[in-house]
Amino acid sequence: MRRLRGKLAPYLLSLPSWVYLIVFFIIPLASMLGMALAVGDPLSGYTISDNFQEFVTGFTSYEDAFARSFWYGTASTVITLAVAYPVAYWIAFYGGRHKSTYLFLIMLPFFVSFVIRVLAWEFILSDQGFVLGPLKAIGLLPQNFHLLSTQWAVIGGLVYNSFAYYVLPLYVVLEKIDRRLVRAANDLYASPATAFMKIILPLSAPGVFAGFLLVFVTNVGDFVNAALLGGPGTYMIGNIIQDSFFENQDYPMAAALSSILMLMLMIAILLYSKAFGTEAIQEYAA
Amino acid sequence: MNAAPSNRHDVRLENVTKQFGGWTAVDDISLTVKGGEFFSLLGPSGCGKSTTLSMIGGFESPSVGAIYLGGEDVSRQPSYKRDVNTVFQSYALFPHLDIFENVAFGLRRKGLPKAEIETRVRDMLALVDLTSFIKRKPGQLSGGQAQRVALARALVNKPKLLLLDEPLGALDLKLRKQMQIELKRIQSEIGITFLFVTHDQEEAMAMSDRLAVMSKGRIEQVGTPAEVYDHPCTEFVASFLGASNLIPGQVVDRGGETMVVKLEDGAVVKLPAIALAASNSADVKIGVRPEKFLVLAAGESEEPGWNVIEAVAGVSVYLGVSRQYMMESKTGRPLSVYAQNSGRAGELAPGETVRLAWNPAHTFAVAASQIQPAEGE
Repeated sequence: MRRLRGKLAPYLLSLPSWVYLIVFFIIPLASMLGMALAVGDPLSGYTISDNFQEFVTGFTSYEDAFARSFWYGTASTVITLAVAYPVAYWIAFYGGRHKSTYLFLIMLPFFVSFVIRVLAWEFILSDQGFVLGPLKAIGLLPQNFHLLSTQWAVIGGLVYNSFAYYVLPLYVVLEKIDRRLVRAANDLYASPATAFMKIILPLSAPGVFAGFLLVFVTNVGDFVNAALLGGPGTYMIGNIIQDSFFENQDYPMAAALSSILMLMLMIAILLYSKAFGTEAIQEYAA
Repeated sequence: MNAAPSNRHDVRLENVTKQFGGWTAVDDISLTVKGGEFFSLLGPSGCGKSTTLSMIGGFESPSVGAIYLGGEDVSRQPSYKRDVNTVFQSYALFPHLDIFENVAFGLRRKGLPKAEIETRVRDMLALVDLTSFIKRKPGQLSGGQAQRVALARALVNKPKLLLLDEPLGALDLKLRKQMQIELKRIQSEIGITFLFVTHDQEEAMAMSDRLAVMSKGRIEQVGTPAEVYDHPCTEFVASFLGASNLIPGQVVDRGGETMVVKLEDGAVVKLPAIALAASNSADVKIGVRPEKFLVLAAGESEEPGWNVIEAVAGVSVYLGVSRQYMMESKTGRPLSVYAQNSGRAGELAPGETVRLAWNPAHTFAVAASQIQPAEGE
């Protein structure tokens, strides 16, 4: 009896997680896939069938939105990395005893609702707002210049919102790097720049990798930034899915598009980890 | 890899001081290490030996003073331009590179041709007996192996000077002894100047050609292990390098080659006058190492000219090669006496009064004013 209980213990302990996963992930996922294959309309209801037409239609008619999503996702992630790395580096190496204060300050804006933050950017970037307005008034920018509804406003919004999510994983790996390794590299004729390239950068690769996934996946599927900061020309696939669902109540299309996006992201992640290797991550985790 | 004359470079420190904020870590040190020498900086933690090493390595620059390497002033030269390599206490091997790449790191930075790097790294790994580990990562090595990689990684660059910062500190005793011999072998094979930092006096004595004993940022004494052990010139050096008996006394006669000191218990002893060349004070402490005492059997007379004091035997510890007695002088001062297990004397009973004799040449003297330092760390 006791042995049996001992054997069952791990399963029993993980039971809450299993229940959670099944109820909130497996079942919704299955129902989404089912809905993607359904036929019908909002009034008379839907029946699940083997109709793959939505996948084909969804993919062919919204190619642009998919392409845009991946472009915005990639661009915003790369820019976020470029901005977040120096910040994480500085906190980890020069933060001293105020490290947690700096991290807290970076997290601070996140106590404000996501939508409010994006709306604030809409206000900041508006054509006659307090940034562009004065610049136009003194003639530094032409009157017809605008940022809102351009892809740069959307990418900028994505960068702003993912900044902290990239700083944190980078900080964690950079903080762990033994400073004596830099000293050893200097001792072996590596200038500070070379020591960074040969020691710090490779050792922080797991953080770069993890942060990239985290930010990229979130940003590709985002629709709020595009909806508030962009225009019709910057529609991302998230916006299309939202419209299909709420505006057109075309549930099968929304579900099909979501499934396609999920599949594409999975393929992208797979290719990405093949290219950059998960080996390094496992090594450092050990 | 024979000792080439070009590898022999003097290291010279001139009035080097290092301050961190208001704290003086190294206080006006001057020192010359000869080319090809195995030199140790010995002292308790916080004595400034590691800071001194950091300055020579180029990781810190002296607040005052200059450091010369082979005649060239390198005080302001950053470490990556300095022809000095270091074996770090923690080894600091690059965890993402395999053993080959770790060792090749310095040569690659110098931009040597690939074929030459390959040969030199392989030769060096053969020297430290790690050829079969070439593709391993540092995480897969034992402490002793990692230590040897760290050594190879530094030596492969054929520096003018190799700095070793307590490199054996993390190893267990047996491996330590083994590595001490190994280091000596490698040093004599390649003939590079080794500057070794340690707090272990036994290690420093076993390995060094010469050593400097440091305390509180200053150099107390420089000399060969025998000079420093047999003729310590300060109380700190006397007690840091092994056990010693220090007995206060007054100088009676300082003339000539022999100095005469009257001890606190009335005994009069002789010692070489050079033992206290540095001080003119009448108050001195004379010192005798515990193994220098000869316990005289009852009625036995000492050799002519030897010093003699009376003592009362206390408890003893039998160590095989010797029996270590805790004794007391007539004034109640504890004395440590090691009687060699040569079979010439039996065990002394506690409370037995004995006469201790020793050769005046084995006597040292220090100025009396100094404070007794803590033993070891």
